[in-house]
Amino acid sequence: MKLITAIIKPFKMDDVREALSEIGVAGVTATEVKGFGRQKGHTELYRGAEYVVDFLPKVKLEIAVADDVVDKAVKTIVDAANTGKIGDGKIFVTTLEQVIRIRTGETGEDAI
Amino acid sequence: MFNKNNNKLLLCLTLFPGIAMADSLNQANTAWILTATALVLFMTIPGLSLFYAGLVRSKNVLSILMQCFAITCLVSILWLAGVYSFIFAEGGDLQQFIGGASKAFLPDLGTESLTGNIPESVYFMFQMTFAIITPALIVGAFAERMKFSAMLWFSGLWLCLVYMPICHWIWGGGWLTKLGVMDFAGGIVIHINAGIASLVAALVLGKRKGFPTTPMPPHNMTMVVTGAGMLWVGWYGFNAGSALTADGRAGMAMIVTHIGASCGALTWMFIEWKRFGKPSVLGIVTGMVAGLGTITPASGFVGPAGAMVIGVTAGTVCFFATQYVKRTLKIDDSLDVFPVHGIGGITGSLLTGVFAASNLGGLGLAEGVTISHQVGVQALAILVTILWSSLFSYLILKAVDLGIGLRVTVDEEVQGLDQVLHEETGYLDL
Repeated sequence: MKLITAIIKPFKMDDVREALSEIGVAGVTATEVKGFGRQKGHTELYRGAEYVVDFLPKVKLEIAVADDVVDKAVKTIVDAANTGKIGDGKIFVTTLEQVIRIRTGETGEDAI
Repeated sequence: MFNKNNNKLLLCLTLFPGIAMADSLNQANTAWILTATALVLFMTIPGLSLFYAGLVRSKNVLSILMQCFAITCLVSILWLAGVYSFIFAEGGDLQQFIGGASKAFLPDLGTESLTGNIPESVYFMFQMTFAIITPALIVGAFAERMKFSAMLWFSGLWLCLVYMPICHWIWGGGWLTKLGVMDFAGGIVIHINAGIASLVAALVLGKRKGFPTTPMPPHNMTMVVTGAGMLWVGWYGFNAGSALTADGRAGMAMIVTHIGASCGALTWMFIEWKRFGKPSVLGIVTGMVAGLGTITPASGFVGPAGAMVIGVTAGTVCFFATQYVKRTLKIDDSLDVFPVHGIGGITGSLLTGVFAASNLGGLGLAEGVTISHQVGVQALAILVTILWSSLFSYLILKAVDLGIGLRVTVDEEVQGLDQVLHEETGYLDL
């Protein structure tokens, strides 16, 4: 099992969620986050005083999937979240040791 | 009883309109000044409070709201206890400089007492709302770092030692009234007075920790624009109410107030657009406040064309003053009270002497008075106000500093005044 962590542009969240639903991914956790990468921040001006805003708003999606779905899921996210512009985000894939469904106590891939 | 008097009044008004106006109750005027009183209080709470509260960082939002609210209550009590009396009651031998004590706690006030042709109770309340907003304006200069207790001491003492004498000189029949100074709704009494005190307060208290290198952007621009809109609406009461009559002069004051605000707002917006590339929301509302502050002394004296010139001048002069004070001089007048209200007030009070002239579209200078003479009188009143306000503001601040200290500690400032001084927070995190 793998945990896919995708940092994407906020306005792409709905597109990504729909695309994942279409390939049968059943659960996603979304968090509003702030960060910066190559895109860096932007400046804001208040009565002539310039402020550099380093951290930009992004959405972090966390998706647990079975090993055989990982590649398809990652490709789906990349396709849906891509705008071709700087700041589209990143995807991290990590190994997941265990998954437990709290209601039934099921474990492993059955719990995904 | 009431109806009978009413009929008599009506009869008098019909038969001798000129005579009846002098000393009998005018209900139309009374109704308008009651309304205007509510509008001017609305400027401070919640207008100015929200405008200022949105401009500070979220950790200090409540401290600003609290300061404006507490000033409203404190000034009201001091006003009743004697400040109103020392401004507007007859001062006898000292009348040139200060009024008398006879109206402290309003011992003789009944429902029949009149000031001009409105009830004295209404006049008392209307003038009180002006006394409330003046120290509340200064809150913007020492925002985010002053102790609440020190703020209370300063505001109370400032009302008695600075607002009270200057208001008496200009509006209470003092020596500047006699010289013929023109300050329709408080360009000198309120805006210059508070603006100068703000500059002094910013210098005496010193910069906020991190200024000007650490970003301190407004935490809630929506709140700023909401408050600014309320200020504009409330300003109708401020300026058109200052006519003390429900007539054409009040209407004229309302027009020029509105035109001054619009011109100030657009001017500031276009200057920012040209210089910085974008028209900003904070820019347009700040220009509006500058336009309103600047048109205030002129509002019952100038015509619409004069108002346009005054508004455009306000937007331009106050914009560059703000840049100069904050960016060049690096003075932390946190919410720019001095460049907007102080410089705006000075500009407007001088231009009043010019555009009040009937050949420039104004309602006319006093008979036999030339523009240059009037501008001279205006300049004298401005200079005296600058000197008095700066000297006494400085002395009061120093005295309070010696007594209880003006500032919170650096730790407390970093933590935020809401938690440290009030044990509350404006916004709950989950």
